[in-house]
Amino acid sequence: MNDNKLINLVNITKSYDNTVILDDLSLYVRENEFVTLLGPSGCGKTTTLRIIGGFETPDKGQVVFEGKDITKLPPNERQLNTVFQKYALFNHMTIAENIAFGLKIKKKSGDYIKDKIKYALKLVNLDGYENRMPNSLSGGQQQRIAIARAIVNEPKVLLLDEPLGALDLKLRQDMQYELIRLKNELGITFVYVTHDQEEALTMSDTIVVMNQGYIQQIGTPEKIYNEPENAFVADFIGDSNIIAATMVEDRLVNILGANFPCVDDGFGKQKPVDVVIRPEDIDLVKPSEGILTGRVTSLIFKGVHYEMEVMAGGREWLVHSTDLCAVGTEVGIKVDPFDIQIMNKPASEDEQAVVPGE
Amino acid sequence: MNDTKPKHNPLLERGLMLPNANRMKLFSFPYILWMAGFIIIPLIMILFYGMTTSENRFTFANLAMIAEPINYKALALALLLSIISTVICLILAYPLSIILNNIKMKSNSLIIFIIILPMWMNFLLRTIAWQNILERTGILNTLLTFLHLPTLNIINTPAAIILGMVYNYLPFMILPIYNVLIKIDQDVVNAARDLGANSLQTFIKIIFPLSLPGVISGITMVFVPSLTTFAISSILGGSKIVLMGNVIEQQFTLGNWHTGSGLSLVLMIFVLLCMAILSKYDKEAEGSSIW
Repeated sequence: MNDNKLINLVNITKSYDNTVILDDLSLYVRENEFVTLLGPSGCGKTTTLRIIGGFETPDKGQVVFEGKDITKLPPNERQLNTVFQKYALFNHMTIAENIAFGLKIKKKSGDYIKDKIKYALKLVNLDGYENRMPNSLSGGQQQRIAIARAIVNEPKVLLLDEPLGALDLKLRQDMQYELIRLKNELGITFVYVTHDQEEALTMSDTIVVMNQGYIQQIGTPEKIYNEPENAFVADFIGDSNIIAATMVEDRLVNILGANFPCVDDGFGKQKPVDVVIRPEDIDLVKPSEGILTGRVTSLIFKGVHYEMEVMAGGREWLVHSTDLCAVGTEVGIKVDPFDIQIMNKPASEDEQAVVPGE
Repeated sequence: MNDTKPKHNPLLERGLMLPNANRMKLFSFPYILWMAGFIIIPLIMILFYGMTTSENRFTFANLAMIAEPINYKALALALLLSIISTVICLILAYPLSIILNNIKMKSNSLIIFIIILPMWMNFLLRTIAWQNILERTGILNTLLTFLHLPTLNIINTPAAIILGMVYNYLPFMILPIYNVLIKIDQDVVNAARDLGANSLQTFIKIIFPLSLPGVISGITMVFVPSLTTFAISSILGGSKIVLMGNVIEQQFTLGNWHTGSGLSLVLMIFVLLCMAILSKYDKEAEGSSIW
């Protein structure tokens, strides 16, 4: 396990003007992994990336790359390249010169550079753009040039700082597939920063959910979505119903006065917990068949499904369903046991930000 | 719209057309009048005086006056001194701008304020102050004598004129360079570092080329007034050092409007030539490669 940790961040602490951005953060990235740092703005994800890239020095802690401590190494001596949020292309140079920049610094031969430019432009689907100027390209094209400029240097790791943030929705989705394709073709490690949970779920092998300088949860997209470890993760990733409940006994939870069978055990008896139920996991049935009964209070057509709000047990439940229930209908709420995710209640505000089990 | 046009304009109603395009034209009128009255007409008059004799006959004789040794020597000296002052300004201003940009302190605006502060005083006053400082028995030499150091006699030499030019025009070099430097995206600099460039390579290949527009406008703003000045040279250079500006001024004060205008035209040609060369470099910097 230890030997394939390509990047290892050990107890990183960073603060600006007495504001703590990262507090004792530890994280590793395996070789050939697509890791996404996900979180709201100000959560420290970009700072983490900049520390890996060498643009920031941590106050405390170590950055280990391939077993070597590179904490103090300047960016130009690190074997990784960055794709910046606003592309950061060199506007006074042609596309070819932009891409050749790193190779010329490394004094590669002219033929080698020429081949590399051609190869990189083909890879990002922009053949023939060699002599164009960056300003004459669209945002999506500029971003692809920025990626090309980084990958010709054959870095071991590509760091991407919200690279799709400035693009419109359709282009963003296209670029997501492009990035996955690139990652597979190049076989290099990607560390990706975004605040867009959908982007993270689509592309990543591993998602690191961050908030207020702490790691909230690390896991595969499925694990993060289906088994959020705390209310923050559940709330940040997709829509969800987060409800205070009581664990009656193993495999039985009392939610708003009704007992729901679930699959979790080991929480103890009569223990207060938080439960997460995804809106698409709630089945609306006849009132007699439901565990809880309620009344539909709003209905919105969302294309793929209907979004409904159901007043039941004294709170609004968000429900996604392809079956329509008109406003005012009496319905029963049923949830399959494995769709109920039980979380320990945080003892305090502070603890909410700490990773359980770390 | 007024009553004579009762018909509705659908484009106008939907806000798809500027309703006041004509009114805008009206607003620009005072400016056009200003430019015509104070820029275009004087230029035409200079052109007219410069190309005619006192009997209002067409001639190139006024332009040819530049061939007189006293005149072309004055032009050559003016060119030399203004080039030297421009280079000194650039050498002083660029590092200062870099330092100001790098430290990014809260006091930056204070430093800029201090740089601009002398410009609030009258230009002639500042130059006369320098005259008092540099005089043989002036403030500087009094101080040097007091400290038992050899005195400095640079008043009425080209060095004094250069000092005056640099002192007066330095802010015009600092401000445009500083302004382009602060506008360079830090991530562009980071990108160069990320791609393997060390600090020096980053400066040569990225920061300097990107700052060229500021350098160019700084050079223009220092070089042109230095080339055409007559106040600095007559206050700090005494009567022995004559620059092109002084020659032209003399011609006008002597009443030789035709000769004065002719020489002005020659000087103008030099200024335009220099600006044309500079703008060519500017385009290259913004356009294709420089390495």
